Amino acid sequence: MTDRIAPEPVIAAARPPRGPQSVIGRLARRPLALVGLAIILLAVLGAVFAPWLTAYDPNEQLFEGLTLEGAPLPPNAQFLLGTDLLGRDLLARILYGARTSLVIGIVANGVALAIGTLVGVVAGFFRGLLGAALMRFTDLMMAFPALLLAICLAAIFRPSLWIVAMVIALVNWVQTARVVYTETSSLARREFVDAERSLGAGTPRILFLHILPHLLPTIIVWGTLGISTTVLLEATLSYLGIGVQPPTPSWGNIIFENQTYFQAAPWLVFFPGAAILALALAFNLVGDALRDVLDPTQRGRLA
Amino acid sequence: MRRAAEPGAGTAERAKLPSGAPGGEPVLAVEDLTVVVGGAEGPRPVVSGLSFALGRGETLCIAGESGSGKSMTALAIMGLLPRPAARLAGGAIRLGGRDLTKLGEGAMRRIRGDRIAMIFQEPMTSLNPVLTIGRQLVEAIETHTGVGRGEARMGAVEALRAVRIPEAESRMGHYPHELSGGMRQRVMIAMALALRPDVLIADEPTTALDVTVQGEVLELLRDLQRAFGTSIILITHDMGVVAEMADRVIVMREARMVEEGPAGELFARPKAPYTKALLAAVPRIGTGAARPHPRPAGERKPAPVALVKDLTVRFDLRGGFLNRVNRRVHAVEGISFEIAPNETLSLVGESGCGKSTTAKAIAGLVPYAGDVVIAGRNLAGLDRRQAKAVRRDVQMIFQDPFASLDPRMRVGDLVAEPMAIHGVAARAERRDRVAALFGRVGLSPDQMERYPHEFSGGQRQRICIARALALRPKLIVADESVSALDVSVQARVLALLRELQAEFGIAYLFISHDMAVVENISDRVAVMYLGQIVETGTRDQIFSNPQHPYTRRLIEAVPVPDPARRRRAFPRMDRDMPSPVRPLGDEPARLALRDIGDAHLVAA
Repeated sequence: MTDRIAPEPVIAAARPPRGPQSVIGRLARRPLALVGLAIILLAVLGAVFAPWLTAYDPNEQLFEGLTLEGAPLPPNAQFLLGTDLLGRDLLARILYGARTSLVIGIVANGVALAIGTLVGVVAGFFRGLLGAALMRFTDLMMAFPALLLAICLAAIFRPSLWIVAMVIALVNWVQTARVVYTETSSLARREFVDAERSLGAGTPRILFLHILPHLLPTIIVWGTLGISTTVLLEATLSYLGIGVQPPTPSWGNIIFENQTYFQAAPWLVFFPGAAILALALAFNLVGDALRDVLDPTQRGRLA
Repeated sequence: MRRAAEPGAGTAERAKLPSGAPGGEPVLAVEDLTVVVGGAEGPRPVVSGLSFALGRGETLCIAGESGSGKSMTALAIMGLLPRPAARLAGGAIRLGGRDLTKLGEGAMRRIRGDRIAMIFQEPMTSLNPVLTIGRQLVEAIETHTGVGRGEARMGAVEALRAVRIPEAESRMGHYPHELSGGMRQRVMIAMALALRPDVLIADEPTTALDVTVQGEVLELLRDLQRAFGTSIILITHDMGVVAEMADRVIVMREARMVEEGPAGELFARPKAPYTKALLAAVPRIGTGAARPHPRPAGERKPAPVALVKDLTVRFDLRGGFLNRVNRRVHAVEGISFEIAPNETLSLVGESGCGKSTTAKAIAGLVPYAGDVVIAGRNLAGLDRRQAKAVRRDVQMIFQDPFASLDPRMRVGDLVAEPMAIHGVAARAERRDRVAALFGRVGLSPDQMERYPHEFSGGQRQRICIARALALRPKLIVADESVSALDVSVQARVLALLRELQAEFGIAYLFISHDMAVVENISDRVAVMYLGQIVETGTRDQIFSNPQHPYTRRLIEAVPVPDPARRRRAFPRMDRDMPSPVRPLGDEPARLALRDIGDAHLVAA
């Protein structure tokens, strides 16, 4: 049946050899992504197995944790990362603090991302009155100082880790919404969306099958960028007394408690700071790789 | 402003020049030019061992299909290769004895614009949208000649006059978006020629323009060449344009020169098989194969697949006080036609005439007034579910097959999608059907797992066709569906469309600006102008006996791919096409169509 027309010469280049098909498998071939994954895994394991990894209670003010003059100890054989101003073991505080920071960085940030994406997609796709209303509300939220809003929200609810996470999610979705909105509104005008409509495709189909996959790279980038922002926002809130309540450690509040003593005891700021940096970087690396792996148009163009 | 002509310095180089150069000192000589792009599998040549010489006042056409390396040649001469992706791997480009490949960026910049100028395909993107055209022209003149602003301004006005822009003085203050496509391309030509370069490289200068405008721009180029003695390298895929313009022709394919020769000889006696194939694939008016089923006049017509009556599409424009609707775009103004099963109706016209809007209205993409009756069911007054069912019978193929396929989906899923949307066939069965469709349109079923970017343009259009066929529609609306394809690919896709029609009895509404293609595929033709049909009839009626002046002008403007039939002067539009934007309440007059015999309708 087909031999009546000469088939077109196959110009498309020979396919690059196909490696493992799964996303994980393809991710595993990128060394940087593996480094990122390892760091994330380390942080998660550290948080989960904190009690087994350190002999000290993070909140216990140890007598031997301070010098005779009452100054904190630098890293040494007994306290691997040194101690803080109250003589608490820094390693223990960082390990336990990972629990708080991971919840904030992943859950709060994830929720913020989800809200932002939803608002952005709906406003960008439907436009009209609904879109305008949603975006003006987003503008309002953007114009409002995030910290002030967080303080108000935190003052209304009783401070706890989950409330803090919720508060952070509620102030952090706006940037995502804005970016997703812009991208959706340009995607919605692409010809393939018209082509879908001409086939009779309904709105849910176009939104979920044809718009959302294209937003993935943006969402991933904003998600990874948001991790460090949210971890630090939590620290700010904790510092103002409306975040995680002391003495519960979090990476952010360790930094804030100790930043005034930075010159005398630099390790107190350096180690938690390094932990935040490493986690943010790790998510960035994984996010980057994930974006490339999930993009079929990049197939065969290994970075 | 006039630069002293430089004496040719490279007499020693003359001996090495390839044959075929006309007498006299060549202005530009390209010797053994090789350009490579670095790919994942090592460097791949995109221009390989190309040599030619360009005489003074000569027009050399480089013809070839996409990917043949013709544009890369132009960029290499301009020193504008997209680094680091592409680089010069060897050869020399001599301009008056200097080897351009050896020059640094600074020296090259002085040559660009001054000695060699280039105009690009898309005039809108090559003009800066936020500067007036006057300022851009003045700047170009100032930079290269160092004359004062006043003098540069005079030069700019003079250049605009030279390209026959009316009211040149006041046009200087206009921004690019205020000009029509043809005007913009003229501004580009003015800019290129303001400095009286020795060589003008025109890369597809008329591809983005309507045929009638294309003729004017080509004629302008010819006149200016006569006046200034500029040598022109014209890069085009359109053999009609080649025949109209070229003194000599180089045919390129896959980075290499396939054939070179004087235009007349090359068209009359092509030597290389590729040139023969290329010329054979060019659609020509008057050579359309006789349609297998010309409906005898007077025979009882079968019930039409689609009946369009008084279709009107208007878009509101807002502005002024309180942002109220104050103007309307009258895109389509009350057009009526019908399409029988197994019939192809073509809508032709220039950009902005409303042909694509008509297609979109029928496909349900824009709201309209009037009646669209598909297989006896009027779409107006149906609820969503019923309308969706009727829409199954109408499918659309878009102009750009890449833009109309979701790049993140596998092509197999894309072709299966219409069946999924309309709940046709079970999942497993769909796969088999998709495989069969792939086979039917000339693709192999094992390509189903690939993504759209892995296919060539023609293959992608086949995927779109498979997708449109998936629901066995009664009508396929093809909106400029072959315009973006190379001629040889175009010929194959058209053949496929004809075959599918014969096999499934599909009716086509074929929308195109290309008269030659229309002549090839249509049973009936409707000519649109400013949202209304000005003439409609069978293909033979329209092409052998065009009655409306606009139809005649459209047909005459098509360049004929035969240098022996070169026209001295192109038909000229007396003015730009009037705007379809009108203030509220100022409705255009409806044209009355008069039957001049055998259903050949002409607007009075």
